[in-house]
Amino acid sequence: MNNALDRVEATGLACERGGRLIFRDLNFVLTRGEALSLEGANGAGKTSALRVFAGLLSPSAGAMSLRVAATEITDGEERGRFVGWFGHLDGVKNQMTVMENASFAAALYGARDEVATVLDRVGLSRMRDLPGQYLSAGQRRRLALARLLLSERPLWLLDEPLAALDSVGKALIAELISAHCAKGGIVIAATHDPLGVAAQRLAMGAA
Amino acid sequence: MSPAYALLKRDMTLAFRAGGGAMLAVAFFGTIAALVPLGVGADLALLGRIAGGVLWVAAALSALLSLDRLFQADFEDGSLDLLALAPLSLESAAAMKICAHWLTTGLPLTLVSPLLALIFNLPAEGYLALIGALAIGTPSLSAVGAIGAALTLSVRRGGLILALIVLPLITPAVIFGAGAVLTSLEGGGSAAFLFLAAFALGTVLLAPFAAAAAVRLNLAG
Repeated sequence: MNNALDRVEATGLACERGGRLIFRDLNFVLTRGEALSLEGANGAGKTSALRVFAGLLSPSAGAMSLRVAATEITDGEERGRFVGWFGHLDGVKNQMTVMENASFAAALYGARDEVATVLDRVGLSRMRDLPGQYLSAGQRRRLALARLLLSERPLWLLDEPLAALDSVGKALIAELISAHCAKGGIVIAATHDPLGVAAQRLAMGAA
Repeated sequence: MSPAYALLKRDMTLAFRAGGGAMLAVAFFGTIAALVPLGVGADLALLGRIAGGVLWVAAALSALLSLDRLFQADFEDGSLDLLALAPLSLESAAAMKICAHWLTTGLPLTLVSPLLALIFNLPAEGYLALIGALAIGTPSLSAVGAIGAALTLSVRRGGLILALIVLPLITPAVIFGAGAVLTSLEGGGSAAFLFLAAFALGTVLLAPFAAAAAVRLNLAG
C-alpha cells in the first residue's frame, strides 16, 4: 500500500448542486489508522460529501487537504490518486467474468497482490469464471470490494459499505476496515448501520 | 501491463461481447451498402461513380451506432468514477477509448470495404484509394464521435442528440474521403487525401482533451 498518507483534513467544506445547498461547514481531521463514520438521514448529502472528498466534485466553499510525505495536496485530481473508491454503484461489467473484472482492476492500479488471493479473501474464488450478470447484489459488492483491495490506496471512501451484504459479508467489511487502519490507512464510510469498528462519528444534518 | 493498455484491452473485449458494437457496425455497414444498389438500379457506370460516397456515408453512420455507449456504459455502472480516480489521466483514458472504438469499428469497416465495393462495380483503380481513405479517415469518426459521446454521457437515450452533434462535425471526412475515391477514378491528384489526413490528425490529437473536459463536466454535474 502507498503508505505515505499521514493526515486528511476538511475545513469548512460546503457543497452546492443545481443551486441547492447540500451541506455546509463540514470539518474533520483524520490521522493514520483512523476511521470516520459519516451518518445522516437519506438525502443528508453523504454521497455528495464522499464525491467531494474524492475530488470528483468541487466544493463550493472550504478545502480538503491530504498530507502526503510532508506536502499538502489540495488539488482534486491529485487527491484522487490516493482514494480507494467503494461507491454505491459496483462498476461490475456484466459481460466479463469475475476474474476478468478483477484482473482489469489489478492491471489498472498496477496491483502487487495476486488477483486469485484477493478474490479468495472476499469469498468469490468459486465464482471466478462466472459472468458479472449472474452475480447477486451481494456478490457484486464483494467484487467491488476485491477491486478496492487491489487498488492499494491509503484513503478508503466507502458509500454504504454494508448494503446488500450478508452477515458474513458485514463481518468481512469490519475486518478489512480494521486491517486497513492497522496498516496506517484512513477510512471514511457513509453508513446507516454501525460499522463494527471503532470510528469517529460525524452527523450530517440538513444544511 | 500499463493502466492505459489495460483499459484498451477491456474496451476491445467488451466491444466483441454481447451488446458490444463491433459486429453490429460491420453488419450495418454491409446492409446499407447492399441496399443502395438495389434502390439505385443496375446502372453499373453510375454505381461505380457513387461507390466512394455511399460507402463513406455508410461508414459514418455505422461508426455512430456504437458511439453512444462509449462513455455512457461506464457512467451508468460507476466505472467512470473509478477511471477518474485511476492512475491514468482522463485524457489518456479518452485516447484509449477512441483507439479501442476505431480498432473494433473503423478498422473492420476498412477491411470489409473492398468486398462491398464489388457490389458497386468500383473500377479497379479505385480500390486502393477506397481502402486508403477509410484507413486514414475513420479514426476521425471515432475521435469526433468520442467528444459527442462524452458530452451526452449523462443523457438517457442520448443517441439522437449525439448524431446531431457528431454528423455535422464529420462532414469534412465524408467529403474528402469520398472525394479521394472519386479523383482516383479520374486519375486526379492527392489533394483530397492530404485534406483527409490533416482532418484526421487534427481531430485525433485534439479529441482526447475535449472528451476528457466533457467527462469532467459531467461527473461534477
